[in-house]
Amino acid sequence: MRLLTHNMLSSNIKGVANGFPLRIEVEKVVEKEVEINHDFLRNIFPKIDWKALSDASRIMGYHELPEEPPEPSVLEADIEFLRKFHHALLELHLEEGALLCPESGRKFPVNKGIPNMLLLEDEV
Amino acid sequence: MSYKIAQILLLSSHPEVYEPCDDSFALVDALLSDRKHLMEHKPVLCMEMGCGSGYVITSLMLMLGDEANGAQFIATDINPHAITVTRETMEAHGVHADLINTDIASGLESRLAGSIDLLVVNPPYVPTPEDEVGREGITSAWAGGENGRSVIDKILPVADKLLSERGWLYMVTLTTNNPSQICRQMMKKGYASRIFVQRSTEEESLHIIKFWRDIDMEADANNGVTNRKAAPPGIVDSVRSQIQRLSFWGGSDINNGTI
Repeated sequence: MRLLTHNMLSSNIKGVANGFPLRIEVEKVVEKEVEINHDFLRNIFPKIDWKALSDASRIMGYHELPEEPPEPSVLEADIEFLRKFHHALLELHLEEGALLCPESGRKFPVNKGIPNMLLLEDEV
Repeated sequence: MSYKIAQILLLSSHPEVYEPCDDSFALVDALLSDRKHLMEHKPVLCMEMGCGSGYVITSLMLMLGDEANGAQFIATDINPHAITVTRETMEAHGVHADLINTDIASGLESRLAGSIDLLVVNPPYVPTPEDEVGREGITSAWAGGENGRSVIDKILPVADKLLSERGWLYMVTLTTNNPSQICRQMMKKGYASRIFVQRSTEEESLHIIKFWRDIDMEADANNGVTNRKAAPPGIVDSVRSQIQRLSFWGGSDINNGTI
């Protein structure tokens, strides 16, 4: 699971009001290089919760993203920033670990890169 | 000209995972036949709900290929074996989508709302007794309850929530599912639809339907309420006068070619 997906996932347990962002427990992170696409990064930027992404990237061992969201103009001009954004969003994979509901602490395991968000009957 | 799709020989498999069959092939054929428009559409986020063997999502990624302008893909399945098989199928083809083991899009609905530009679904559409719906393993790939509509009727509101303003949905249905009623239902939510591929096999008659948001239809279905709500007053007036000028207010002249 990449941080793009982490940024789109919330705890789905019945009754949880603030299920985002899920806390990350890291056992293993892998990095896989993918080709950078500036248009994609500019298009996806407005949908990204910056704090969730920058916090998650630090937990995954990457410390290059600023804590505060950048001005949109940075996305137009700053190639170096785009590279860092790209790396955090699309190249870091949580291979083994877990996602924790920020409210209930319920643990969603991540094995072989795949989060298991299936709920028990009394959680639906 | 032919485009790359997933190769059957490279597909992974598992006894509890539905293997690609006529329905999967028909869906991929529909996507292939609309490939030119998909390229022009430039989807940013693409998704498959219920990826099964991974045949469809892998084919989609391959056919959009390097020209996909960095589009990213997410796929879900309720069956953990299907997720594993999809991962192996994708790896064998050298493509990547983020996979999530979840029911329809549970956990993604709030943050992904209004963000998916391209959604593909081959739902469990086979009419079965209601108690077979929601069972584990391969049954989840086909058991559709009464008229095969139980899961489809859960998927449609989720699709409506996830699709962006310019989002497209391609979905497999069976005649028994009453596709025309599904289209009418989606029309009320502001979607135009078109049957893309119609294919009869010995066992079933399949329709692949494409849905897309149609502003005209939305205005029509809601008597313009949506437009008025969405825009500040000054703009509303100009929108309204424009709408009246284009004369689909009454709903009789939508296809006059001026829009």
